[in-house]
Amino acid sequence: MIHARIAKRFPAGAESAAFSLEVEFKAAAGVTVLFGPSGAGKTLTLDSIAGFIRPDSGRILLDDEILFDAAAGVNLPPRRRNCGYVFQNYALFPHMTLRQNLMFAAERRPRLERHRKVNEMLERFHLAEVAGRRPHEVSGGQKQRCSIARALIGGPKLLLLDEPARGLDIPLRNELYEVLRQVRADYGVPALLVTHDLDECFALGDEMLVLREGRIVQSGAPRKVLDQPASVEVARLLGIPNLFQAEITGLDPGRNTSRVRLGAFELTGPYFPGRLKGDRVWLCVRAEELRAKAPNGAARQPNQVPARLLRVSERSQSVRLEFSGEIVVEVPPDEYQRQKDNKEWLVEFPPDSLRVL
Amino acid sequence: MQIDWFPMWLSLRVAGLATLFSLVSGLLLAYLLANRTFRGKEAVDALATLPLVLPPTVLGYYLLVVLGRMSPLGRVYEDLVGQPLVFTWQAAVVASSVHAFPLLVKTARAALESVDRSYEKAARNLGASEWRVFLSVTLPLARRSIFAATVLAFARSLGDFGATLMVAGNIPGRTQTAAVAIYDAVESGNTLLARTLVLVLSVLAMGIVYAANRLEHRQVRA
Repeated sequence: MIHARIAKRFPAGAESAAFSLEVEFKAAAGVTVLFGPSGAGKTLTLDSIAGFIRPDSGRILLDDEILFDAAAGVNLPPRRRNCGYVFQNYALFPHMTLRQNLMFAAERRPRLERHRKVNEMLERFHLAEVAGRRPHEVSGGQKQRCSIARALIGGPKLLLLDEPARGLDIPLRNELYEVLRQVRADYGVPALLVTHDLDECFALGDEMLVLREGRIVQSGAPRKVLDQPASVEVARLLGIPNLFQAEITGLDPGRNTSRVRLGAFELTGPYFPGRLKGDRVWLCVRAEELRAKAPNGAARQPNQVPARLLRVSERSQSVRLEFSGEIVVEVPPDEYQRQKDNKEWLVEFPPDSLRVL
Repeated sequence: MQIDWFPMWLSLRVAGLATLFSLVSGLLLAYLLANRTFRGKEAVDALATLPLVLPPTVLGYYLLVVLGRMSPLGRVYEDLVGQPLVFTWQAAVVASSVHAFPLLVKTARAALESVDRSYEKAARNLGASEWRVFLSVTLPLARRSIFAATVLAFARSLGDFGATLMVAGNIPGRTQTAAVAIYDAVESGNTLLARTLVLVLSVLAMGIVYAANRLEHRQVRA
């Protein structure tokens, strides 16, 4: 269990604007993801916990131990913090074999136990055959596993992972996720994972903290955060393209519905508790929840909006259609193939897809 | 005519010891310059570079002032050892060390600073003390450049003339190093001795520079 309250200010430099980090969070067992764009303060938070950076104020508590307390003047050096750190480029010592890398990390353990523990880790992470090789002589996956084994061998109370999947190709990335899931299951150690990849968040995260400009703007389970972003900024960070300014024109708690005016159109949505008629709100709809079809002469159904198709871009799993009015719809490739000759388009907003921020 | 090899052996011994001293002290200073922030850091760096750019006679004069029999340092040495430091072969070691020192500090600082910081962070994170981080991680990763610099420092010590002459003098069989002996031989018309020593020193220097270049270009694969 880690409980961190960290504040650190950086004055404006010659080429950088002023930046301040102010975060407070708790993380228990499982993987807590620090999610946010570059420069949001994710790695800074990790480095403060590891002891590479000294915060201006705050307090960092790991289990019962105070790692840092500005008021009490406590600031443990990195070597006494017992946090396993997995670096972005692995940072395996290039002049040592994989076995020596693990031995270096095992020195915290009692002398008699070291060799046994190193052998056990080499076996567990499938590195026994390449234990005598140096990092540049082994594959990317082996380096990755070795760096995780090295971080775990000292029996850390917390695992810190700094964008471990950055720059990896897809097979290696999936292999990494598999290893990390295994680690999560085998070791009860809580982990903080820094990433700006939403898929990684979902693949590994039990909890997520959304960071923006040095602040935590939302926290919760990844699915919950995606279902209900706390603000339009969070929605943007999550890559939700359809964010419209709208007005609530009617609320009916009895029938669990509401009416929302979007430009010239009125849409029906679910009842929005805590909102009032006449509220100006942000309407937030995920691209894959919208549907697009041809009118085919039929009368316009409720929640359908006519739109002009502006741009089409193919993705591996879907096709992204950009319409007039900044509406973005993602459809499966086969569905697009059936409809690609449409002259006119209707975009349908299913009532359940509407969320207000 | 019999060639007197004493100056050659003395030169090798002086250069060897001078390299050792300047390596240890140079590494220490380089470590401080590369890892610590303190006031006047760049001034210290400039001061350490001075012997590289000053005329050897100026350097020698300073050393005479600092180590002479009238100076506090010279007296302490005389009390401890029982004989003055100046005009002994030990004084030649000091002169050569000071001469080689800047080369080592400069190269070692650059080499230590070029080691990827994430390795040092990783070592600290894994529980290593600062001392162990330096000895097991930073130094091995910078070893090629430092070794190449050591070899060059040895060559430089071997060739020191001006400063050595000023503080150790030119006493044949006691403080006369090869570089000084060559000057002496030319002055006294002993062409054979001069040519022999010149040839030996040239071959040695050539070999050393070649070795240093090879070391520096064979980089560690990371």
